[in-house]
Amino acid sequence: MKTFRIGGVHPHDNKTYSAHKQITEVPLPQKAVIPLVQHIGAPSKPIVQKGDEVKVGQLIAEAGGFVSANIHSPVSGKVQKIDAIKDAWGMTMPAIFIDVEGDEWLPEIDRTPTINNICKLEAKEIIEKIKAAGIVGLGGACFPTHVKLMPPPGKTAEVLVVNGVECEPYLTCDHQLMLEHGEEIMIGIQILMKALGISKAVIGIEKNKPDAIEHMQKLASHTLGVSVEPLNLRYPQGGEKQLIDACIRRQVPSGALPIEVGAVVDNVATIYAVYEAVQKNKPLISRVMTVTGKEVKNPGNYLVRFGTPLSDVMTVAGGVPETTGKIIGGGPMMGRAMNNIDMPANKRVSGMLLLPESESLRKKPENCIRCGKCVSACPMGLEPYLLSKLSAYQRWDDMETHNVMDCIDCGCCQFTCPSARPLLDYIRVGKATVGANIRARAAAK
Amino acid sequence: MKQLIVSAAPHVHSGDSVRRNMLNVIIALLPAFIVSVVAFGWGVLIVSATSVASCLLFEWLIAKFIMKEEPTIGDCSAVLTGLLLAFNLPSNLPLWIVVIGALVAIGVGKMSYGGLGQNPFNPALVGRVFLLISFPVQMTTWPRPLGFSSAMPFVDAETGATPLAIMKNAIKAGDSSLLNDLPTLWDMAVGYLGGSFGEVSAIALLIGGIYLLCTKTITWHIPVSILCTVAIFSGILFLTIPGAAAPQYHLLTGGLMLGAIFMATDYVTSPMTPWGQIIYGIGIGLIVVIIRTWGAYPEGMSFAILIMNAVTTLLNMYIRPKRFGEKKKA
Repeated sequence: MKTFRIGGVHPHDNKTYSAHKQITEVPLPQKAVIPLVQHIGAPSKPIVQKGDEVKVGQLIAEAGGFVSANIHSPVSGKVQKIDAIKDAWGMTMPAIFIDVEGDEWLPEIDRTPTINNICKLEAKEIIEKIKAAGIVGLGGACFPTHVKLMPPPGKTAEVLVVNGVECEPYLTCDHQLMLEHGEEIMIGIQILMKALGISKAVIGIEKNKPDAIEHMQKLASHTLGVSVEPLNLRYPQGGEKQLIDACIRRQVPSGALPIEVGAVVDNVATIYAVYEAVQKNKPLISRVMTVTGKEVKNPGNYLVRFGTPLSDVMTVAGGVPETTGKIIGGGPMMGRAMNNIDMPANKRVSGMLLLPESESLRKKPENCIRCGKCVSACPMGLEPYLLSKLSAYQRWDDMETHNVMDCIDCGCCQFTCPSARPLLDYIRVGKATVGANIRARAAAK
Repeated sequence: MKQLIVSAAPHVHSGDSVRRNMLNVIIALLPAFIVSVVAFGWGVLIVSATSVASCLLFEWLIAKFIMKEEPTIGDCSAVLTGLLLAFNLPSNLPLWIVVIGALVAIGVGKMSYGGLGQNPFNPALVGRVFLLISFPVQMTTWPRPLGFSSAMPFVDAETGATPLAIMKNAIKAGDSSLLNDLPTLWDMAVGYLGGSFGEVSAIALLIGGIYLLCTKTITWHIPVSILCTVAIFSGILFLTIPGAAAPQYHLLTGGLMLGAIFMATDYVTSPMTPWGQIIYGIGIGLIVVIIRTWGAYPEGMSFAILIMNAVTTLLNMYIRPKRFGEKKKA
């Protein structure tokens, strides 16, 4: 069985808490707050005003640039105000506040569960529809999907690599989505293949989801050009560069995008959203989130409308246990710890993981013993011990020569370090500084 | 709601620790230790206990009163240094010499650079080589094991020439008939021969090495490259120089196994990348055979490792891991 060829670690996957839990809908909130930054790139521009009546699926904010995305109203009701909110990490951002009244959808949205597998649209029309629906990568990076579907001149796509890996421990939403909506995902894959003008797609799934592998294999056997690649367990296999390496044995060069080796990577959740947008006229207004943790009462996979406060989602999952020390947005390897859960659900939050206090604190760092385990663990072939030391001494230029910009933030180095050193903390500081230096140099030219 | 704990990712840890790695090495040393106790008797226990206790004491004193830091003897690295130093000593060495060795190993070899992780040279070997140069008579007077049944008294050890001394004489004289005095290969493999007490049983050391590989405490690169280099290089000499011993004698004698599996693989003083480790191992293998064949000392493992320790920084600088997506240069 395949996996990527450099580095990686094997954390305990802890998926049993929420695995195979039916996707459950979370009730609508009374008040929805829709942040205008839910993707990588420029913030979206609001096109509604205080007092406007909106329906579910109505465009309320337009993309603010090429790399940006539309935002649609996930609820029906009246716009109360457009104001700043503080997200769960203390950052301020503009948001649209809507008082929810009923649940009235735009008439063109097909809400029936019938599966519509005929798509007569041209490639250009498909991309236009995906763009209009505000679809971004739901695997974590939130990169606008339509941008990926338009390769820059001189580059051609050859393979669609579908990310069904879900290598982050604890998370199970993609797994459950494949089990419940495999057919829709398969149609979504064909739509994307048509949009890209290619005839080959590979779905990468890790072997800890044997039922998903079997289900998708069965569906793929009826679909021309689509195959399933069962993968060995290894983190960070869901990183796009690692996934491409694992599935089609090509390595994206330093600083380049997957299209350089002819690959386009999309997550299964994104592809499901593509299906809904193209075949059902439904824009991206909700997503499946995993709410999990050892002590959570009803861990599971929840379908959440954007704008719903995360605290409401938590209530459905049985409330925050007394012993909780840390709440992480996303998985434990790359997710971000939140300081409150009043923030609304949005495109960026793939799950909530509640860690008990006993697992919330880091170990005390000891001296580096130069064991080299971080070097063997780094999936990008970097030297974390060296980069963190260079960062501590503020030797930014040396960090650049040692390829710090290749770092994908996966955290393997820090995970594996016997001395529990905060390697990635130092590397992030260096990466930010080196990145700023590179941009300043480019601007000066 | 109460305050939540916020920190940057990753939020989980492998559970690996310095202490766990050090304990794994200590466990891996046990088979050889047991063989030594059986072969050499109480002396092994007394020398080891003295060495470990003095290493711990010196590290604690230096950290507390000279460096004014919280002592970290709980990480077991000083225990390991003490044990490795003892493994490199004869089991009848006067205890005051053992204490001096521990002081040099910990004081000069480790703490003078700033403690764990900072030292360029293997501390146990720094202590050992200091003793070898300062007290050559006591350090090369090895007891001869009397057999596995009788535990030997500590002081009245009978001493004898080591296989390496025999090999040295043979190659100096260019007379391979002198090699007939060597013990049998089986005696060498199980440890029925004179020498520093921890290095005598190749089989016990190999069992420890397998344990280290299975627990992923070390990788194969350093031991395998050292052993292969020694086998190939000494094989070439065996075929070309009169009086040179066959490769199997080189592999089974002296500190080679102990050095290759336990001393050269010390995290702090060995290179980080697989290729760096292989070059480092080849270097050690070449130097040890050169010293054994042409050098003034019969054994050169300690010197070989210390010399390659000095090259480690350079290897880390020039031998980079393969970057993801790196193209082979045409």
